[in-house]
Amino acid sequence: MNAALREAVADLPGLVAAHVLLSGCAVLIGILAGLPLALWAAGSGRVRAPLLGFVGLIQTIPALALLALFYPMLLVLGRATGLGIPALGFLPALIALSLYALLPIVRNGIAALHGLDPNVIEAADGVGMTRWQRLRLVELPLGAPVILAGIRTATVWTIGAATLATTVGQPSLGNLIFSGLQTENWLRVLVGCAAAAALALVADGLLALIETGVARRSAWRLRLGAGLLAGFLLAALWPSLGASPADRTIVVGAKNFSEQYILASAIETRLAAAGYRTERRDDLGSAVAYRALAAGDIDVYVDYSGTLWTNVLARRDNPRAPVMQRELAAALARRDGVRVLGALGFENAYALAMRRARAAELGIKSIDDLARSAPRLSLASDIEFLSRPEWRSVAAAYRLRFAEQRSYNPTFMYRAIADGSADVMSAFSSDGRIAALDLVTLADPRGALPSYDAIILLSPRAAKDGKMAAALTPLIGAIPIDRMRQANLMVDRDADKRTPAEAARWLVAGIERR
Amino acid sequence: MLSLLELDGVSKSHRGRRVLDDVTLSVAGGTFLAVVGPSGSGKTTLLKTINRLAAPEEGRVRLDGGDVAALPLSELRRRIGYVFQGIGLFPHMDVAENIWIVPRLAGAPETEREGRVAELLDLMALPRSFASRTPRALSGGQAQRVGFARALAARPSLMLMDEPFGALDPVTRDALGRAYRALHDELGLTTLMVTHDITEAMLLADRIIVLIEGRVRADAGPAALIAGHADEAVRELVAVPRRQAERLAALAQSG
Repeated sequence: MNAALREAVADLPGLVAAHVLLSGCAVLIGILAGLPLALWAAGSGRVRAPLLGFVGLIQTIPALALLALFYPMLLVLGRATGLGIPALGFLPALIALSLYALLPIVRNGIAALHGLDPNVIEAADGVGMTRWQRLRLVELPLGAPVILAGIRTATVWTIGAATLATTVGQPSLGNLIFSGLQTENWLRVLVGCAAAAALALVADGLLALIETGVARRSAWRLRLGAGLLAGFLLAALWPSLGASPADRTIVVGAKNFSEQYILASAIETRLAAAGYRTERRDDLGSAVAYRALAAGDIDVYVDYSGTLWTNVLARRDNPRAPVMQRELAAALARRDGVRVLGALGFENAYALAMRRARAAELGIKSIDDLARSAPRLSLASDIEFLSRPEWRSVAAAYRLRFAEQRSYNPTFMYRAIADGSADVMSAFSSDGRIAALDLVTLADPRGALPSYDAIILLSPRAAKDGKMAAALTPLIGAIPIDRMRQANLMVDRDADKRTPAEAARWLVAGIERR
Repeated sequence: MLSLLELDGVSKSHRGRRVLDDVTLSVAGGTFLAVVGPSGSGKTTLLKTINRLAAPEEGRVRLDGGDVAALPLSELRRRIGYVFQGIGLFPHMDVAENIWIVPRLAGAPETEREGRVAELLDLMALPRSFASRTPRALSGGQAQRVGFARALAARPSLMLMDEPFGALDPVTRDALGRAYRALHDELGLTTLMVTHDITEAMLLADRIIVLIEGRVRADAGPAALIAGHADEAVRELVAVPRRQAERLAALAQSG
């Protein structure tokens, strides 16, 4: 078995447990909220149309957007109420998925209860059943197969959509899919997809057994289905049941690209050596990551000085690197209690890059040269770049206008530049693929792009933990640009590919040898 | 004679139309009363004001001297047997469970169930082996017999029947009608039956009320009614089955 597959499989039990717990809770809440709503709507025509409209509307919001929306909402709510509401992780994922599970449950619930034979309902009233007896003895037993079919649909949807919980920092099988996609580790993506599909199939099959058990009033089917479902839940949740919640787990954050996975793994390696238990929150959006740290939802992650300068502090000026770092450390400590532990020693700046041959053909060496040809060229950028202040700054400084601008995830952006479907791309200076693909980065004579030193940030709580800072201090100033590029390339290249954890071990081993 | 059931000035409207218009009525215990009238005359609504499946806007309904509006709904309905055209057997329960539902709701001990169900099946001339059948396995006539057994299970004093034979074929209809009439006498029941079939009413009931546009336009025994009535509309209504009977008799004689 190769390393990537081994790592993916090793990650599987924990992720399956998290995935099952999240989906199970979401479906349960969907049932607890959905059935009373369906009951209410089935009896009242005035409620029915608006309710179905509302749950249908939720369904039209892409699941990813729905998940993303709850982060800022909970953040605002937490601030407004002064309660420690976690804005990242389980809670936002749970709320979004529960809402998502509502539609099939409510729709089938209404169909089941509203569609009952009116003669049977008249008979129930005629024999003197109370409202509650009618529901318990007649409506629920008769509607059960249709209600269960709705729950079954909701379960399958929820298990699928739960893979997206990764993006709001809740571990799920999506971790394998997203990190695999970013590092072009297709085996990892495949393991994630297969596991999610297997979960959905098993849940669907067991619920189908219960459904036919109810529909045919077959007790053995019901008991078998319920027993197997309970066993399945227990088995899936076993890894998380075994964990002792006594000692605190350090939560290490990572944004959604290879370098971040590698550095988060390196941090985990150091913390584990110092006796800490760690947990990962991967694939955080750039803006989400810092706010999550300030709010204490994650304890440590690596960010880049220029990103914080423009996005978090909303500064428009562009001082030299040491000045920026000093002011940043002071401002973040004062404002959020966040500690800047120090710079790792390399810069991952935004740069504009072209294929060497294409640049030579057009005579382009700097962004000034590029500005002249840009109206005939196409730009490939990552998903964030075009909406970032850095892009506005460089576009304004050089009056850049491209014939075409397209956003890709980082992996496909490199594909686009390599196969010639884009002329210019937004690159990261520490990316190993710059050298590997024979790209050149364009000079920035007007200093429009700020510096992007990689720095380790600690949450207010972690900032007070001296032992933790001591465990991470050896990383400070210890990762020069060529080491980082090499580590990145190990993960991003197509041949002899390594996993981020392997690259991190290589990186940390190099530091510890010195 | 002491009246079991009394309606006093009962009125009800539906969408601005008077469905029941000041209906006053007194029914003695043991009576088999048929309520007839054209479609939409308010017959079913009249019946439903008694077990409160419909609430009157004005007037009072008294059962055994007590106002039905003052009784808890479920208790009232358990004292009244209810049979209707739609039958409405519970499809997820077997025949025994259907028959036993009212005693069960009233908290009767389960130990009495088997004996009572067997008794009621006998009463309705159904084989005892039917107890474990599902309603789906019954013919229309058998299903309505179970419907009657269910209505009788808690030994009600009053039976309300809304077109109880309406969904049955003519032969079954006649047989079940006569069987019920015999039961009515045997058990000393008081019965209110709504039907649009004047012949059926004439043949089964002791007393017939003609309801037209929510008003009681005639109240008489079958013989008196067929002999003639002052009200033109009532005469018209009764004339139809009478003419049919005469033509049938003529056919029989000429044959």
